[in-house]
Amino acid sequence: MKIYWQLFTIFFKIGAFTLGGGYSMIPLIEREIVTNRKWMEPRDFIDMLALAQAAPGVIAINTAIFVGYKIKGVKGSLVTSLGAALPSFIIILLIAVVFTDIKDNEMVNRIFKGIRPAIVALIAAPVWNMAKSAGVTWKTAFIPVVAALLIWWLGVSPVIVILGAIVGGIGYGIWNAKRKQKVD
Amino acid sequence: MELYLQLFISFFKIGLFGFGGGYAILSLIQHEILSHDWITQAELTDIIAISQMTPGPIGINSATYVGYVATGSVWGAVVATIAIVLPSFAIMLTLSKFMLAVRDNKYMEYALSALRPTVVGLIAAAALLLVNKENFIDYKSVILFVAAFILSFKFKLHPILLIILAGVAGLLLY
Repeated sequence: MKIYWQLFTIFFKIGAFTLGGGYSMIPLIEREIVTNRKWMEPRDFIDMLALAQAAPGVIAINTAIFVGYKIKGVKGSLVTSLGAALPSFIIILLIAVVFTDIKDNEMVNRIFKGIRPAIVALIAAPVWNMAKSAGVTWKTAFIPVVAALLIWWLGVSPVIVILGAIVGGIGYGIWNAKRKQKVD
Repeated sequence: MELYLQLFISFFKIGLFGFGGGYAILSLIQHEILSHDWITQAELTDIIAISQMTPGPIGINSATYVGYVATGSVWGAVVATIAIVLPSFAIMLTLSKFMLAVRDNKYMEYALSALRPTVVGLIAAAALLLVNKENFIDYKSVILFVAAFILSFKFKLHPILLIILAGVAGLLLY
């Protein structure tokens, strides 16, 4: 019983004190689980992290589920994901309740008029560096461009674009492997 | 009841197809919100701002917020938040069972090699979709955007600091 409580409090703490989204939670999870408590081998943690990032869904939650499952099975994963999600849930709920009341306040309105264009910049600014770290070259640059245009311009569902990328990637991989075989 | 079911389906879809984390998931959230009218475009931008300044992942934050505002009830928030997390359970538990088999699977590597650049496109689409009349109300918005872009891209200013500065600028300019 004690271990479930420990898992819950660790992930609750991580969920409550990491600003700036999911990625900032990962080094904290590593420190608590791998370095401090040695509940997981560093190699396992790194492998798991790669899968948690590659899989769809909220990365911090994926990581929490994985760690919980590794240590205490399905029940462990329920406890860790609940712990990680609960702080955001409570905080946002409180804000939503307050914000729906004050959002027509004149001063709040002025503040958010200034914030909104800055948020657009905040999302646009990392795109270039992300393209570089995702290994996008001039040859593959058409992929993000086409994906963005389909969603933004033609209103295609991102789900369709993602499914298209999966099918296209596997198709190209198989074709490329066959072509190399022929050359050899 | 139907509203709750729609919320559940939408956020389940977002959890199931949301590759690439935070900002990339945004484009899926935007698509669902635009097709349902649960909250306005400006409100969505406000949630992103609030998400950046509060702890926790943006996916959970927006599910909780949209669920609450769309239904006016805490249960809406509960339903949307559970819905976005549920696919992760199925996927992560399966992956951890077959970890060794998936780790070096060539088909998974093929799919990921196309998904990685696609995620960049998803984030670009999220930014482009936010360029609308609700976020850009006049020329001052454009100036704020350019200034924020330069501060973030060139000077790597911390997002929270940037949002505070933009809020102060809003108070002064409007």
